[in-house]
Amino acid sequence: MNVATELAPVVALVGNPNCGKTALYNALTGGRQKVANYPGVTVEKKVGRLLTPAGRAIRVVDLPGTYSLRARSPDEEITRDVVLGKLSGELAPDLIVCVGDSSNLRLALRLVLELKRVGRPVVLSLNMMDIARRRRIEIDTDRLSRELGIPVVESVAVRRGGTGALLGEIDRMLAKLPAAGQLQWRAPDAGELRGSQREADRILRATVRSSGQRDRGTAAADAVLLHPVAGIVILLAILFVMFQAVFAWARPLMDTIQDGFAWLGTAVQAQPLPDLLKSFLKDGLISGVGSVVVFLPQIVILFFFILVLEDLGYMARAAFLMDRIMGGAGLHGRAFIPLLSSFACAIPGIMSTRVIDNRRDRLTTILVAPLMTCSARIPVYTLIIGAFIPDSDVWGFVGLQGLVMFGLYATGILGALGVSFVVKRLIWRDAPGEPFMLELPDYKLPRLKSLAIGLWTRATMFLKRAGTTIASMMVLIWFLASFPQPPAGATGPAISYSLAAMLGSLLQPITAPLGFNWQINVALIPGMAAREVAVGALGTIYAIDGGEGAADKIGQAIAGQWSLATALALLAWYVFAPQCASTLAVIRRETGGWKWMWVTFAYMLALAYAAALITNQVARALGAG
Amino acid sequence: MTLKSIIALGDAQVGFRGRIQALSIDGSGTGLPPQELERRLIELGFVEGANVELLHEGLFGGDPIAVRVADTTIALRRREAMAILVDAEGAE
Repeated sequence: MNVATELAPVVALVGNPNCGKTALYNALTGGRQKVANYPGVTVEKKVGRLLTPAGRAIRVVDLPGTYSLRARSPDEEITRDVVLGKLSGELAPDLIVCVGDSSNLRLALRLVLELKRVGRPVVLSLNMMDIARRRRIEIDTDRLSRELGIPVVESVAVRRGGTGALLGEIDRMLAKLPAAGQLQWRAPDAGELRGSQREADRILRATVRSSGQRDRGTAAADAVLLHPVAGIVILLAILFVMFQAVFAWARPLMDTIQDGFAWLGTAVQAQPLPDLLKSFLKDGLISGVGSVVVFLPQIVILFFFILVLEDLGYMARAAFLMDRIMGGAGLHGRAFIPLLSSFACAIPGIMSTRVIDNRRDRLTTILVAPLMTCSARIPVYTLIIGAFIPDSDVWGFVGLQGLVMFGLYATGILGALGVSFVVKRLIWRDAPGEPFMLELPDYKLPRLKSLAIGLWTRATMFLKRAGTTIASMMVLIWFLASFPQPPAGATGPAISYSLAAMLGSLLQPITAPLGFNWQINVALIPGMAAREVAVGALGTIYAIDGGEGAADKIGQAIAGQWSLATALALLAWYVFAPQCASTLAVIRRETGGWKWMWVTFAYMLALAYAAALITNQVARALGAG
Repeated sequence: MTLKSIIALGDAQVGFRGRIQALSIDGSGTGLPPQELERRLIELGFVEGANVELLHEGLFGGDPIAVRVADTTIALRRREAMAILVDAEGAE
């Protein structure tokens, strides 16, 4: 980055949650960041660079949504510290853009009054003007500008050219930037807050004319979606459809990908290359990476659902519906979103716990987030279910395989509720619960573009992981499984002479009561890097063990070699096991120390061992051994 | 207006419409110090004179509740809403 942009003026975007701030940020910078309706979903500091119409290079910082600079959560502290210029390494903003939802300006105006005390120039951007106009809300922008004493512009983030007025004003203001004013802001007390809200209400009455009616679509939708009974039934139905879709819709695409990699393997096999290199490329690299990439369709479908629900504004409703149910288990209603995100991956889930103000509520959520069935478990579950559970229907319309999958998800959820219940009731029983207060934004149709950006980001992140971490683990596994090579004249399969077999046998006494064989033990070791690696590892192990053709059919291989009890025990193990180094690393970072990381690791390992042990023993007793 | 018509928003039924008369925080049973709760309520728009309407409630114990405050819909628990004193007759 050159000096000119490094020193470019900083423009900070500040606003209430759901004001369309992130959409505005995307429109200004063309940034790759998701737009969401759930209050507080924008957690990380985002800086984008752009050239204004006048040719001025500026930096735009997108800050977490807040109602006040009086930070109450780690999330809002970021906003406060950047705005006040306190954040180390971050320049104080030269200009503050307060973004307000034009159809819901009341709380935004109070925030503007607070921002004016920071001593930096402020401009109010009336965002989502298109929606306000449609709802016949009239805003006297000139009067509003006079009353507030700052420039006011209109913007429509989701329309081409909708940011022209804002950029023009930014140019005008930066051209005659005054010296930084006095910082007059200090945390307001209740009296001051009350006073500024009254002032905001007065300005609102003088400048905005509206019918005062709720958005009709939102009112009608909420009548059903927030209905005490129907609302919960619909929420459960949505979750159920989501999980069935992950399986049914993804199938054709997965078959195509699988065929593609099989073809690639055969093509390599036909090349005039040394046998060892061929084995490395086909059994190590191609079958290893292929067995992970094949799950891309499922991950994309899962994220599609999560992103659509977020953009719709439904996630806040889900938190509302779940608050009491989760409260019974000692979880905060706000934990619903982090936990739901954890179904995709625990890492973004744990990071999004920053929206939970109370430290204990946040820690509880972090502790149980890894028990949510993340997408990395899907490959393992699918493999084992596909191999051991018959593809038949129950009650005529529900697939048995999908039902078992649903059961695994349910086990994870129940495990999480149980753990949080124990933590809350036994360890922190004296602490009263944190209040649940959350804005329920108007429903908005998801934008195709932001949805596409969100899915693209997720898919490339997954593929990058498959291409780097996972591929290198695959190579390591292939090495462990191939060396030392069997002596001349050996009769057993080559892999039984390898390092992998030795490692697997070492673990044998510990995992024998679980019904695990050495192949599983070997697969679990690289599975620590990422859960789905275990699938690729099994593929590598059985490909070499079983000779030609087996790599494409890992499922067939394990179906022939494992008992049902072993398969079920491995499923139970995977529900609970702390098989993800990155998750543990994120817990350490987010909790600021090693302690909670080890607590998480230890309790999950204990649960996993117990669950697998019980499953294996019970299944054997029932004759599935 | 008589004193009797003032109730806590936390005791109101779905469909209730009224106007906020006062915030009265004793802080009992909530996880926050009284001053902090008061400030958070104000930041979400619960100030004296604002019109409120109770839109929805949850399945178990009618908790939490969704309240329309001026142009915003806020979800909160009845426990915290007990601090918001409202007057049904004061509504427009």
